[in-house]
Amino acid sequence: MLAFAVYPLQTLASLPVDAYTSISGTVISYLELQKENQRLKEAKLVNDAKLLKLDALEKENIRLRVLLENSFQLGEQVLIAELLSVKLVPYEHTVVVNKGSRFGVHAKQPVLDSNGIVGQVIRALPNSSEVMLITDPDHAIPVEVNRNGLRTIAFGTGQPNRLHLPFLANNADVVPGDLLVTSGLGGGFPAGYPVAVVDKFEARPDKSFANIYATPTAQLEKSREFLIVWSDANPIVIGEQNKPKPHAGKEQPHAAQ
Amino acid sequence: MPHSSHLPVFYFIATIAIAMILRVMSLWPELDPFNPDWIILALIYWSMALPERFGVFTAWTVGILTDVLTGRLLGQYALIYALVVYFSIREHRRLRQFPMLQQCSFVFFCLISSQSIIFGTESMQAGNRFTLEFWYPVFTGTLMWPLVFWALRYIRVVARIA
Repeated sequence: MLAFAVYPLQTLASLPVDAYTSISGTVISYLELQKENQRLKEAKLVNDAKLLKLDALEKENIRLRVLLENSFQLGEQVLIAELLSVKLVPYEHTVVVNKGSRFGVHAKQPVLDSNGIVGQVIRALPNSSEVMLITDPDHAIPVEVNRNGLRTIAFGTGQPNRLHLPFLANNADVVPGDLLVTSGLGGGFPAGYPVAVVDKFEARPDKSFANIYATPTAQLEKSREFLIVWSDANPIVIGEQNKPKPHAGKEQPHAAQ
Repeated sequence: MPHSSHLPVFYFIATIAIAMILRVMSLWPELDPFNPDWIILALIYWSMALPERFGVFTAWTVGILTDVLTGRLLGQYALIYALVVYFSIREHRRLRQFPMLQQCSFVFFCLISSQSIIFGTESMQAGNRFTLEFWYPVFTGTLMWPLVFWALRYIRVVARIA
């Protein structure tokens, strides 16, 4: 209720920067627009080609998962939210975006940008919501190394572009340049989104765990548009409609052995 | 001046609103860690200048609004502002006579105790690992005090609030 009272203050606080970006967007030169258009067209071409392949890969993945009789998570919806130039707590890495519970946003939703995971919603007000970035010292995210599936947890450090992985052994198979993706454990974040790239592996012979640092792939400081994700909470089992109860009778003797 | 009985209230609300906007505004993201608690500075000034009009309860209300604005533990700023305003009202006669340097040290004391209370509540909540950045606003707030003091005194003199 009181959130309505302070919402105008937030909007006013965000106004100068928003006005500046909108003005600089209006007076951008024709040449620059042309260049940007060219660049975007090229990027779109590349992405389209990738999407073509993705379609085929997705089908293949579903087929293989049916073979494995595995559940498959589908149906992720996104909502584009824009950043407000508001900093609520100076020492925390949180940002405010302009979509709130009126759009169905709720706490604990993952937030992405075009390059990777940004963070999660920690508070949804009617007209805005707060997003805690993955670099906040209070934030931890379950990740796995994309190359070999090694699972661990990445903590925020409080520094703007640094994540810390404190729970990997000194002989863990991690090298700088490895991509860390979300593992989907814990249920907070959907699996398979890029989180960070390992940039430093510091073995500590006197301790059992190594010091590993990573740089987030998302442009945490530059992005102004974020995607808020709804992932389906209950997984859809592929093939359930084709063959009802695939192994209702077979499982019992198996378990009895 | 019978006509100006509502005037101070208007100016008080306006300055507190501006302080709240400054508190959450982020013009230069690099300077965000240094952003001081403008609301506490405005509250100290008004409780020093008009102790008979604005009291602990006003400060408590402002604190609740700040809590909602910043979205952390509800009641944290309400407690802090009420405490700070209580001490500034108790000492307001002395504060008015203080030279600027001594006022700054009083403000420094207020800011550092408020930040310590936040430190306490936040570290009770979770395994917070505060960096040194956490304490920057205390120093910038102290340095900003003369500016806030002169700005608000100018407003008070021009608006003829006594």
